[in-house]
Amino acid sequence: MTQYGFYFDSTRCTGCRTCEMACKDYNDLPATYAFRRVYDYEGGDWTDNGDGTFTPATFAYHVSAACNHCAAPACVANCPQGALDKDPDTGLVLHDDEKCIGCATCVNSCPYEVPVVDTELMKSRKCDGCSARLAEDKQPICVEACPLRALEFGDIDELRAAHPEAVDGIAPLAAPDATTPSVAILACPAAKEPGDTTGTIANPKEVANA
Amino acid sequence: MTESKATVSRRTFVTGSLAGLAVASATGALYGCTPAADDDLAATGEGAETAPDTVAWSQCVVNCGGACALQWHIRDGKIAYAETDNVGDPNGLQARACLRGRSLRRWINSPDRLQHPMKRVGKRGEGKFEQISWDEAYQIIADKLKSVIDTYGNEAVYMNYGSGVSSSTSRLFPRLANLMGGYLKSYNDYSTNMMCAGMPFLYGDACSPYDNVSASSISEAQNADLIIMFGNSPAETRMGGANIAWDFAQVREKGGKIYHVDYRMNETASGHPDEWLPIRTGTDAALVSAIAHELIVNNQVNKEFLDTYCVGFDEATMPESARGQHKSYQDYIMGTGYDMVEKTPEWAAPITQIPAARIRELASEIANAKALFVAQGWGPQRHSNGENTSRAICMLPILTGMIGKPGTNTGMREAEAGGLVGSIPAGKNPVEVAINCYQWLNAVDHGATMTAARDGVRGANALSSGIKFIWNYGGNCITNQHSDINLVHDILQDESKLEFLVVVDTVMTDSAKYADILLPDAMRAEQFHMANNGYAEYYLGVLVGEKAQDAPGEALPEYEFMTGIADKLGLKDAFTEGKTQEQWIEELYRQSADAIEGMPTWEEILEQHHFKMEAPAAIGFADFVADPTANPLETPSGKIEIYSERLDQMIAELELAEGDNIFPIPVFDPGFNGYGSVNEEFPLYCSGFHHKSRTHSSYGGVEELKQVARQQMWINPLDAEARSIENGDKCRVKSAVGELEIEALVTPRIIPGTIGIPQGSWHEADMDGDRVDKGACINTITPYHPSPLAKGNGVHSLIVQVTKA
Repeated sequence: MTQYGFYFDSTRCTGCRTCEMACKDYNDLPATYAFRRVYDYEGGDWTDNGDGTFTPATFAYHVSAACNHCAAPACVANCPQGALDKDPDTGLVLHDDEKCIGCATCVNSCPYEVPVVDTELMKSRKCDGCSARLAEDKQPICVEACPLRALEFGDIDELRAAHPEAVDGIAPLAAPDATTPSVAILACPAAKEPGDTTGTIANPKEVANA
Repeated sequence: MTESKATVSRRTFVTGSLAGLAVASATGALYGCTPAADDDLAATGEGAETAPDTVAWSQCVVNCGGACALQWHIRDGKIAYAETDNVGDPNGLQARACLRGRSLRRWINSPDRLQHPMKRVGKRGEGKFEQISWDEAYQIIADKLKSVIDTYGNEAVYMNYGSGVSSSTSRLFPRLANLMGGYLKSYNDYSTNMMCAGMPFLYGDACSPYDNVSASSISEAQNADLIIMFGNSPAETRMGGANIAWDFAQVREKGGKIYHVDYRMNETASGHPDEWLPIRTGTDAALVSAIAHELIVNNQVNKEFLDTYCVGFDEATMPESARGQHKSYQDYIMGTGYDMVEKTPEWAAPITQIPAARIRELASEIANAKALFVAQGWGPQRHSNGENTSRAICMLPILTGMIGKPGTNTGMREAEAGGLVGSIPAGKNPVEVAINCYQWLNAVDHGATMTAARDGVRGANALSSGIKFIWNYGGNCITNQHSDINLVHDILQDESKLEFLVVVDTVMTDSAKYADILLPDAMRAEQFHMANNGYAEYYLGVLVGEKAQDAPGEALPEYEFMTGIADKLGLKDAFTEGKTQEQWIEELYRQSADAIEGMPTWEEILEQHHFKMEAPAAIGFADFVADPTANPLETPSGKIEIYSERLDQMIAELELAEGDNIFPIPVFDPGFNGYGSVNEEFPLYCSGFHHKSRTHSSYGGVEELKQVARQQMWINPLDAEARSIENGDKCRVKSAVGELEIEALVTPRIIPGTIGIPQGSWHEADMDGDRVDKGACINTITPYHPSPLAKGNGVHSLIVQVTKA
């Protein structure tokens, strides 16, 4: 089976959120939630040298994350309605609105907190890899949007082969062992391992899906 | 308009190339990626078809320096979503819109759009209006314009600075006013004010921040082994896909060492923390002076370059008038002239907050660089000492002779390439008198007393009148983007000073609230339009865009309502020359296409809409360095004037405010509200910066952007802790002139002792009450203190106190 996924170059990402806003525009999402989000992850501290000067030991970087279309998706495994399934040809995790009852089990299962329940529709929603655009031989809207050319989409095996230095995850994303995410990330010099405790998500309100 | 291949009809969807995605189509209909089609599909069930999208090309035309392309997908006569420039090599020249361009339809289709001409009914600034007809608006404006000119003369008419619309057919008031005898001119702009005043003394009168002669194109940095960016973050200021943010990513991937000298770890440095060299805001010239000291004491200056190309490094090249007076740059650095203080790294350390050892390291790296690329953004010069600082930063390439050669730059911001097409001509302004664009408020308040020596009036020794009539188009520099909003409010309350203000905009900005007549402008998506590539993008391009949807209510394209006003003045034929906006665009395009090889024909551009061509790479002052005799700079000596005799003479004629200084050499002078000015009441420095959620104040009303990139004050954990402030806390920031409320971002990405506030957020205060700005517009707290030489907006020099709200 072909497994589609995203490649993300964190050495290029400037945290601009264009990917996120292109997605929100295309999917006509409200201000309150997003299918792709940009985390600002940062940490470190400053030393006061006592002579009016300071020395920083700080880091900051960004992670743009959408659905990772995991090989072993927890949302699919846990959905009581069978409303989530992997497409047999693309491996994309797709959502059946008819079956969904908006119970948020997927939201709570996903280690990446990707699905969100739209409380007006009472349905969960998430990135479908822009399936409609793929059907027209187009790239996902976020990939074509990135001004820094930091996103790619395709057969994840091919992406990993094209970017042999890429890893399966960096903080603040969850460790990849639970769900085997279909994502390849080029780590920037500042990047920390998943599970890192030296930094924090600096923009919790911006990435909160409400 | 063309019918898109990107139809969303169900037939296309299920017969697409990925057969497996038929599963998605069965389930995705309700909430899939096809917004406007959803309702139809839901309503009619399986097998229903929707009308295909039509696509109209357009542009984002705000003032970030980019001009990114948008392809509007239109359904039922309304813009549904955008694609951007997806033509050509994805890694090549694609003018991909940033997060703002991808949110433009939220602005265009906002319920807050101005829809009718309006007349003020409350007090000025109160925001109370009543709807009037276009005809009435034309008549009122025409009558008032005539009466102001008759009573006070043409110098009493002014067009305020504004940059919200860049287009071949926008900003038409000068054309109309010039047909009536002209208007008071302005010089410089809010972006580069101090630099524009200072740099000509160093690099000559032709030196401009907007060309590719005075600076190198950013691609040249790919050939540098050391790149130093002073307050220059393209990832925040020049974000589009054909703009410098992408160019700079490619520079980094070439491998040269990069430093960002900045008070924040800006977004260009994010991910690469070792590139950040934190410095106290407004002290760049102190760092440069200490580096100069190290280069001098270690014999690492390029003496041959300094002797051949420069005036005033040391006594050997001082002009006759200044010989033997210890007025050279070396005298300043070594403590044998001026303030008699040796500019050692130890001297600079507490000023800049950079350890002396770190300064020595950097000096050594600079001395050993094979190709040094120094570029300054426009933040360092937007200080009260900006005329000095902008020149000082250029001393690094000057001292090392790293100018005019591959991989080098002059110290100016990276070069600009220009554009392909012109604009509707403004005609000639018969008025010769000009003020700095930042001086309009003083000219409203006490214009008749303003002079050349004290206030920077040009073209005359003094103004003959205060400003009585202001035209404000597509700009927010009445309040939001000016400074000291509370002062502006008070001065504009007095209708005997400014008698009439016309504001043209698309939404109710804070400046618009002060309008006497408020006119609703159509956006580019609502009319046929044309514009160049963005001025900051290093390529040459043009986009001829279509009307994608109707303007809301009675909003009209500017060309139409300006014609309406001209008609009331009996100037319609002179204004239009018998042409429609479409005909002007065609004529302007054809003029360029006839003259520039490779441009598509008019008929071709109507098909392809967007044309892009590479601009040749440039090395700043390459001709001058190759042959300084044949290609002199436009200074009196023809050389780089580190010591400017001309400036020294000018200083003697100026009437400066107490504490304001200018020097004939590029020194570190703290300036008004600069280093050393903090006190018990206002113990923190504060600077504005450009933020991803807005271009200046454009896009400031878009909720989706406000949520995803929040308006937050950056504060170092050391300063936050001392005030019991935690990340996300609501805080008050107070200066001598105002107070605002803002959420804290407690972050190690900012140097201790300085806070940063994103500029451009929309002012929101009860002006009859406490005036505390809940919108967190930084210009609520920036004092109105025109800089010494430019008389410009050195507003990043600011001292404040922060408390938890």
